[in-house]
Amino acid sequence: MILGWEREVLKQAIENLGNHTIQGVWRIGFACRFFLAVLLHSGTAFRRFGLTIREMYFTGVLSLIIILVSGLFVGMVLGLQGYETLQRYGSESALGTLVALSLVRELGPVLAGLLFASRAGSAITAEIGLMKTTEQLSAMEMMAVDPLARVVAPRFWAGVISMPLLAALFSAMGILGGYLVGVRLIGVDEGTFWSQMQGSVDFTQDILNGVIKSVVFGLAVTTIALFEGYDAPPTAEGVSGATTRTVVTSSLVVLALDFVLTAFMFRGLN
Amino acid sequence: MQHDTLVEIENAVFGYGARPVLKGVNLTAKRGQVVAIMGSSGCGKTTLLRLIGGQIKASQGTVRVAGESPGELDRTGLYRLRRKMGMLFQFGALFTDMSAFDNVAFQLREHTDLPEDAIRDLVLMKLHAVGLRGAAHLMPAELSGGMARRVALARAIALEPMLVMYDEPFAGLDPISLGVTGNLIRRLTDTLGLTSLVVTHDVQESLKIVDYVYFVSEGVIMAEGTAAEIRASGLPYVHQFVHGESDGPVPFHYPARPYADDLGLGEGSA
Repeated sequence: MILGWEREVLKQAIENLGNHTIQGVWRIGFACRFFLAVLLHSGTAFRRFGLTIREMYFTGVLSLIIILVSGLFVGMVLGLQGYETLQRYGSESALGTLVALSLVRELGPVLAGLLFASRAGSAITAEIGLMKTTEQLSAMEMMAVDPLARVVAPRFWAGVISMPLLAALFSAMGILGGYLVGVRLIGVDEGTFWSQMQGSVDFTQDILNGVIKSVVFGLAVTTIALFEGYDAPPTAEGVSGATTRTVVTSSLVVLALDFVLTAFMFRGLN
Repeated sequence: MQHDTLVEIENAVFGYGARPVLKGVNLTAKRGQVVAIMGSSGCGKTTLLRLIGGQIKASQGTVRVAGESPGELDRTGLYRLRRKMGMLFQFGALFTDMSAFDNVAFQLREHTDLPEDAIRDLVLMKLHAVGLRGAAHLMPAELSGGMARRVALARAIALEPMLVMYDEPFAGLDPISLGVTGNLIRRLTDTLGLTSLVVTHDVQESLKIVDYVYFVSEGVIMAEGTAAEIRASGLPYVHQFVHGESDGPVPFHYPARPYADDLGLGEGSA
């Protein structure tokens, strides 16, 4: 038998669940509308491409260090671990293939996406959130300049363009790392390393799919970062909460999207 | 024909959600006047500016600026009207990623096709008018509060608007900056032929420079008149406000139950 207070607790729990779900669905709706509004206001970002290039410097160029260094280390670890596993089966000649495929198909786009979310995404949210808090966006509105077109859209396209380039650089550095460890340090045959890689990496199946993934991750992370900043309550707590949400949500979205995209892209492969 | 009245608000009603802020406000500002809107914090002064700027729409009544209703215009029309308005936000709302020069040049670059040489001359003239030509290269973080407010003023008059709105221009300024800002508002209004609407609760400073004052309290215009009339007003609310008395029609204490009850000394307490 359910007692009075138990019924109350249960009722409260269900109400909370319902509330959170409704709030969540509303936010997804707002984010989608925001995404469409940014697309509609993208004219300025292309007409005055200088604005977009300037933002590419902040989102792309300034993320280079973390992307390149991480890529190198991930590749080096792949070289070590891959060699360790492959040599058990006498297949260490396939090290180049393993390193390259892991990077261009998965690790490049995914890890670059995660790093991009924490380096550039958080910066975008904090910047837009602070612009809102200090009334800079309102000031722009009052000057008859649409902040979506002037502030948001250039950052959006800068993120979307930068992300695949960063993922490509991540993969390239990773392959270099794998080469340094596998060939230079351990002594796998250099010719075999490169020729196996060249023979087994397919442009459409592997490289192009990796690029598609990184473009999708770029879209997702940049949209989330901009939306969170634009939607942040105009207080210190509001901006800090929005920055945290950007990193958490976009990391989860990158991983979830990666699964979905991989399922579609590689389902026919053996 | 140019109408003598620039801003005309008739019986404007507005509320945030269920909370009414304006309950039927009538206000008129003639061309070339400095008009102050005074009242205690949270009485709806800034809301009035937002109505005039078209950021919000009155639920009843009319708001007309130069014969147009900001709340009724579509986005293009509203932006066209806003180009003829300038707004000075409470803390300046300067774009923090741009120098003082670029802040003032912002609207000229966004809305005109003027060559960079002409923009430079215009910007230096505006900065000279507020006494900060020498600070053109400084970033907002390098400016004091008063200087930032003056750069924001130069930015607000960059396109030679017909109306400039000031949201608490005197808040947080030292006595020298206070006098400088007050004189600037008067001088710029006279020399550029603008109309200025000043939202403030700094009675002494604003009564020195204004032509007409409106007192807002509890969502309605409680009193109005010239500076001399306001100083001489016998209305208890105006008297309390002008003389800064801590108790009067606006009570010192926030409504609460009897003090003795709260301390457990009232009747019936143990």
